[in-house]
Amino acid sequence: MTLDLLILAAADGFSYAGLLFLVSLGLTLIFGVQGILNVAHGSLYAFGGYTAATLAIWATEKQAPTWVLLAALVAAALLVGVVLGGILEIGLLRRVQDKDPVLQLLVTFAAFLIFEDLQRLIWGVSPYSSTEVVSRMGNLDLFGITYTVYQLLLIPAVALAVYLGLLYALRRTRLGKQIVAVTHNREVATALGINAKKIGLITFIAGAFLGALGGAMAAPTTSLVPGVGTDMIVLSFSVVATAGLGQITGAFITALLIGMARSLAVYTAPELEVAVPYLIMVAVLLVRPNGLFTVAQARRI
Amino acid sequence: MARLYDIRVMTVLGSLLCLILGLAFPWSKTPIIVGLCFGIATLGVAAMVRAGQVSFGHAMYACIAGYTVAFLARAWPQLDGLLLILAGVGASLLAGAIVGVFVVRYRGIFFGMLNLAISMVLFSVIGKFYTLTGGTDGLRINRPTLLGFEFERAGFETVLLIGTLAAAIGLGFLVQRYFQSASGEALAGIKTNETRLEYLGLSARRVLWNGYFFSAGLVGLSGALFAMVQGLVTPDMGSWLRSGEFVFIAILGGSGHAIGAFLGAAVFELVKLFAAAYMTGVWQLLLGVTLIFVILVAPEGIIGLLMKKSALATRRGG
Amino acid sequence: MGVLIRTERLSLNFGGVIAADNIDFSLEEGERLAVIGQNGAGKTTFINICTGFLKPTGGRVWFDGKDVTGMEPRHIVRLGLGRSFQLPQLFLDHTVRQCLEISAAARSGKLSFLLPLARSVDAREIDHTLELVGLRDRSHELASSLPEGQRKLLDVAMALMLNPKLLIMDEPTSGVASEDKHDLMATLMRALDERKVTSWFVEHDVDIVSRYATRVAAWIAGKVAADGPPAEVLASEAVRREILGTA
Ligand SMILES: Nc1ncnc2c1ncn2[C@@H]1O[C@H](COP(=O)(O)OP(=O)(O)OP(=O)(O)O)[C@@H](O)[C@H]1O
Ligand SMILES: [Mg+2]
Repeated sequence: MTLDLLILAAADGFSYAGLLFLVSLGLTLIFGVQGILNVAHGSLYAFGGYTAATLAIWATEKQAPTWVLLAALVAAALLVGVVLGGILEIGLLRRVQDKDPVLQLLVTFAAFLIFEDLQRLIWGVSPYSSTEVVSRMGNLDLFGITYTVYQLLLIPAVALAVYLGLLYALRRTRLGKQIVAVTHNREVATALGINAKKIGLITFIAGAFLGALGGAMAAPTTSLVPGVGTDMIVLSFSVVATAGLGQITGAFITALLIGMARSLAVYTAPELEVAVPYLIMVAVLLVRPNGLFTVAQARRI
Repeated sequence: MARLYDIRVMTVLGSLLCLILGLAFPWSKTPIIVGLCFGIATLGVAAMVRAGQVSFGHAMYACIAGYTVAFLARAWPQLDGLLLILAGVGASLLAGAIVGVFVVRYRGIFFGMLNLAISMVLFSVIGKFYTLTGGTDGLRINRPTLLGFEFERAGFETVLLIGTLAAAIGLGFLVQRYFQSASGEALAGIKTNETRLEYLGLSARRVLWNGYFFSAGLVGLSGALFAMVQGLVTPDMGSWLRSGEFVFIAILGGSGHAIGAFLGAAVFELVKLFAAAYMTGVWQLLLGVTLIFVILVAPEGIIGLLMKKSALATRRGG
Repeated sequence: MGVLIRTERLSLNFGGVIAADNIDFSLEEGERLAVIGQNGAGKTTFINICTGFLKPTGGRVWFDGKDVTGMEPRHIVRLGLGRSFQLPQLFLDHTVRQCLEISAAARSGKLSFLLPLARSVDAREIDHTLELVGLRDRSHELASSLPEGQRKLLDVAMALMLNPKLLIMDEPTSGVASEDKHDLMATLMRALDERKVTSWFVEHDVDIVSRYATRVAAWIAGKVAADGPPAEVLASEAVRREILGTA
């Protein structure tokens, strides 16, 4: 492997890790508060991507300036996060709150099945993309290779900003502290007068937004095809599981690890590309069954 | 008790229906066999559901068995069909035994997703190694002899139909016996209290591994039969969607009794035929909506409804 | 009479809390030990370590002559230790009878695959145990439908079904109506004597302790503060001050 390829792989991995982190963060945040692993999270990623591409194509036709194109990405994510996230939480998850955990899981799986078809009905099966914003933001030279500013700087910057912003919000704001309290112990939090239902909804929408934002940010760099949601849910799950469910900083580090490993595989052993994240997950879970960053706690008996 | 009687009646009527339909309308033989295959696979998935676990990757065992059948049939065309099927089941059992050792350490979403991850790796490997596996086009299988006899297509299908039906009845019976045995009840105990299992001197992992091993074999058998009746194996046999369909049928039919798998599969096949005719392209949507409906309205599935209806929800008899 | 269970400098802490502080303890065959102590004193934690549910940070445990430190609960159970729990650990989706049947079937260590559960165990034995804990008329109800008190009894019965050498019961009478406590303990103790089971129970009720125990150990902040005949321990200064609140 030449040095150029190595740099290229690192740049790819870095950028990809940013996207992966956004999506995984949403997944792990929701798990922390609701105790549900939302399988439909992959669909939120896909819907975010498709909606963003649709808005971007439309804005490009209207010759909108670059900042509008960027704003369109965020708007798409917000739209998807609030609408689909809200529907999922209020319409579905609340109804199965007291049911068997298996059924809770399956309800999100059912939603995932529905969203997959809806997405195909709305956007069809041919690849969908809008790369305008990437080319407008130009390229930059990195140790002799050319890479797009959008992928190398913007995506990681957004991921980092979201990460730091979230840490700040959880530690310093009232809402954030309430979220932490509910994550820690729902009963105690409720007893302290926190409206756990409301916190649940807000977190779910925030998590859904992050999933959609991952898709929206990815949209200008790839072409969207049916199945992106499936790949993403499994991949982001492997990040979240490797890190330990509910671990935010863990997800940050693991996303970087898995993103990098995956892109190295793309250049060195392409047939392993799909398998690499899972191999990492399996290896980690073998040694630490609760993930890298979770401290196992004995159940009280 | 009446329930025992009910289930026997259902089994006899259902079997007769399969045979009569299959013989009267030859085109229906394939969908009936496929439906029975789904039922057999779901028996395995339902065992996992009884333990409180859902696997989103069990279809990989159908895929493993199917490709084993295809590889062997292509390498040695003179091999008998029954032997091919047994080899397929053997391969899936072997794979299940090995994967099982790893996955039984995990519960809930970890169990589900690890199975999914392993099946996705298998899926992509099959897709990538085109020369060996035919890639996404799959591999054709020429019709083998069955028990030493050569059959025309129609006769072959009839024999397969009868064989599959017999296997379904026999396995349904055995699996129900298993569910009600000490091992099966301990398996259900994994769902409610592993700590207690441990304090009874039992290994929850071992108990789950047993169930997992059987379930891999059942899904494998369904895959081998499926490969024979279609004369073709494709990676789609092991896709996550197929795994999801098994889970769907298990929930739809209910895991309270082994026959639930076949009731669920029957409804599933009917909906599939209906959807293929009138609602193309929204298959997953239909599955999703039905699944939500079942979970909200009848979380114990069809068999749960029947058992409640005859007010015989006690867990005895069979 | 041999030593059944023994610990040496057993210790464990949770973060800052020292739940077991270098405990040296032993129990002889045939004893009936009552453990008393304030909430959070470490009574359950000590049981958890002895039965393998928690791994100690230091020290060793021997059961029936074997070093069982760090062993999984199931292996210790196989050596003849039965346990009931402060929070009952039941198969909530199974009937009361099935819970006991599973216990009885587990005793042999080999679970059958095709023989119906009810036929793989001795029905009379199940009936007898159900009778003992007064659950005979609820035997076909789901364990999840039982009130707390009866859940505890079923929990004890499941452990008893294993025919252990030592039965550890964590607050067997909590949740049981106070007028039934004495009857229950009397029956349990009779059954234990009949089967020659050594017992160790955690109990808050002093009356019950002095009535049914042959020995009392008082736990204070992760340590055995007093240990000996009931009258002596219950009268000791530290116990009266720290546990009974009567000094
Ligand atoms: N799994 C655990 N994780 C963290 N701390 C624990 C855990 N289990 C027990 N503790 C702590 O260890 C101490 C001893 O608890 P333990 O449950 O052994 O007390 P106990 O004597 O059984 O009390 P009670 O009478 O309330 O049952 C307590 O301070 C408790 O909070
Ligand atoms: Mg206690």
